[in-house]
Amino acid sequence: MSGWLSALFDTLDPFCGPVGIFTWLGGTGLVSCGDTGWGDEIAFGVKVTISLALATLPVGLLIGFLIALAAQSQEKLLRLAAGIYTTIFRGLPELLTLFIVYYGAQTLLQSVLAAFGYEGRVEINAFVAGMVALAVVFSSYSSEVLLSAFRAIPRGQYEAGDSLGLHRGKTMVLIILPQLVRIALPGLTNLWLILLKDTSYVSVIGLADIVRQTGIAARVSKEAFFFYFLACLLYLALAMISSYGLGFVERWAKRSEVSR
Amino acid sequence: MSAVEHLIPPRPAPPVAKRPLTASKVFGIGVLLLWALLALALVSMVIEGWDPAKFERYGPRYLNGLWTTLTLVGISILFGAVLSLPIAFARMSQNRVLNAIAYAYVYVFRSTPLLAQLFLIYYGLGSFRPQLEAVGLWWFFREAWYCGLFSLTLNTAAYQAEILRGAIQSVPVGQHEGAAALGISKRVSFWKIVLPQALIVALRPYGNEIILMIKGSAVVAIVTVYDLMGETRYAFSRTFDYQTYLWAAIFYLTMVEALRHLWNFIERRLTRHLVR
Repeated sequence: MSGWLSALFDTLDPFCGPVGIFTWLGGTGLVSCGDTGWGDEIAFGVKVTISLALATLPVGLLIGFLIALAAQSQEKLLRLAAGIYTTIFRGLPELLTLFIVYYGAQTLLQSVLAAFGYEGRVEINAFVAGMVALAVVFSSYSSEVLLSAFRAIPRGQYEAGDSLGLHRGKTMVLIILPQLVRIALPGLTNLWLILLKDTSYVSVIGLADIVRQTGIAARVSKEAFFFYFLACLLYLALAMISSYGLGFVERWAKRSEVSR
Repeated sequence: MSAVEHLIPPRPAPPVAKRPLTASKVFGIGVLLLWALLALALVSMVIEGWDPAKFERYGPRYLNGLWTTLTLVGISILFGAVLSLPIAFARMSQNRVLNAIAYAYVYVFRSTPLLAQLFLIYYGLGSFRPQLEAVGLWWFFREAWYCGLFSLTLNTAAYQAEILRGAIQSVPVGQHEGAAALGISKRVSFWKIVLPQALIVALRPYGNEIILMIKGSAVVAIVTVYDLMGETRYAFSRTFDYQTYLWAAIFYLTMVEALRHLWNFIERRLTRHLVR
């Protein structure tokens, strides 16, 4: 089963598979797959970039949803706490957030381990650090999008849920969330495209994403312009594909809306 | 004869019902306590790790870096604004070719990361050294600062063009028609009627763009420009003191918050006539 699946993925691999672009266009040159070219390394970078963005998305959305709930709660203290969170992480450069998370977690872990008597060097996973930092940034932006979507839903919807005798959680899931998704989707689409671009920062802490892999290729092969241009093209392709896909999602979300 | 036989004697107001301690209140207090704890840890870290020698050594460098960041952002915003004008007009023009070129420019620069653009300009164009020397542009592409400025300018021009276009197109057609009915020429009506209204719409997006540029300009540190982020990385690589990043965070947060409040003030001031 798994062998069959991996064979299918190998065949459909858009870069180095039998119908991949690097196989067709690379030939035996710089971007060919295998030991002579950089095609497979760059394909790996694309996979890392996509998986980082996809791994960040649910975490960031969940935290952002909770922050939005806190920001619109009746409780003043909760609103204040949420406000501090969004102010800090929307004000810091993403690069700085990444460094703070990366080195901060490392320092913290090292001091905790030192308290237990371990005196080695600790290196935390760059993927996890990048995911945390990007999720934090993404959540502070998405909380604003979700908050404005919450405000666009009339009170009557909550009251209707109450009058039907629905539990508050049920009201949220059955009545509010479907409308929330529809209203917030354009904003979230934008944030996804921004997230896709922000993943490039993790190359600085050594994660092998598109920028890092093309950078290595550029340094070794001395063809900097070609490889960085390729990196830009890859990001452009990712953005195009995701906005095409998200167009479908948006139409799906709007299917029940009254057409005017 | 009155139906009322006796009046109800005055009574004191009912006691204020105590607000119950809800789960959300407890949670709010908890999170606020967490924030306070973090702030306390930050302050204690600064006090404990206080080292006058380091402060004397790296303090001026930080201010230098701050100045570099501010000038870099300021100049690139200005150049970007100039460059965004033709792009915005090309984007609004009836000419298919011009429109397509402007659209492609905006799309490409908005959907590729600034880091990749910067690398493409600094390392990528840097590999064409003989050609650039022949044209006499090598002095420009040799310096990381100029390359950072160039890529930031190109990047912000794409965003500003979209802001400008959106704002100009948001002015209702009736305004153009009104001006035409009064016999005002197209040029005058653009400068005196359309643009002032468009700029008020564009005010908030412009503020956001400046904030994004302040945050985005941190990437130039990676190509060895000593801006605020670059100085921070330098100080961290010398001292391995985590405080260096916290100081940078304080500087960036102060800049962004100051700009945000300034922008709120300006917006309130400029839209006085629109308040009902």
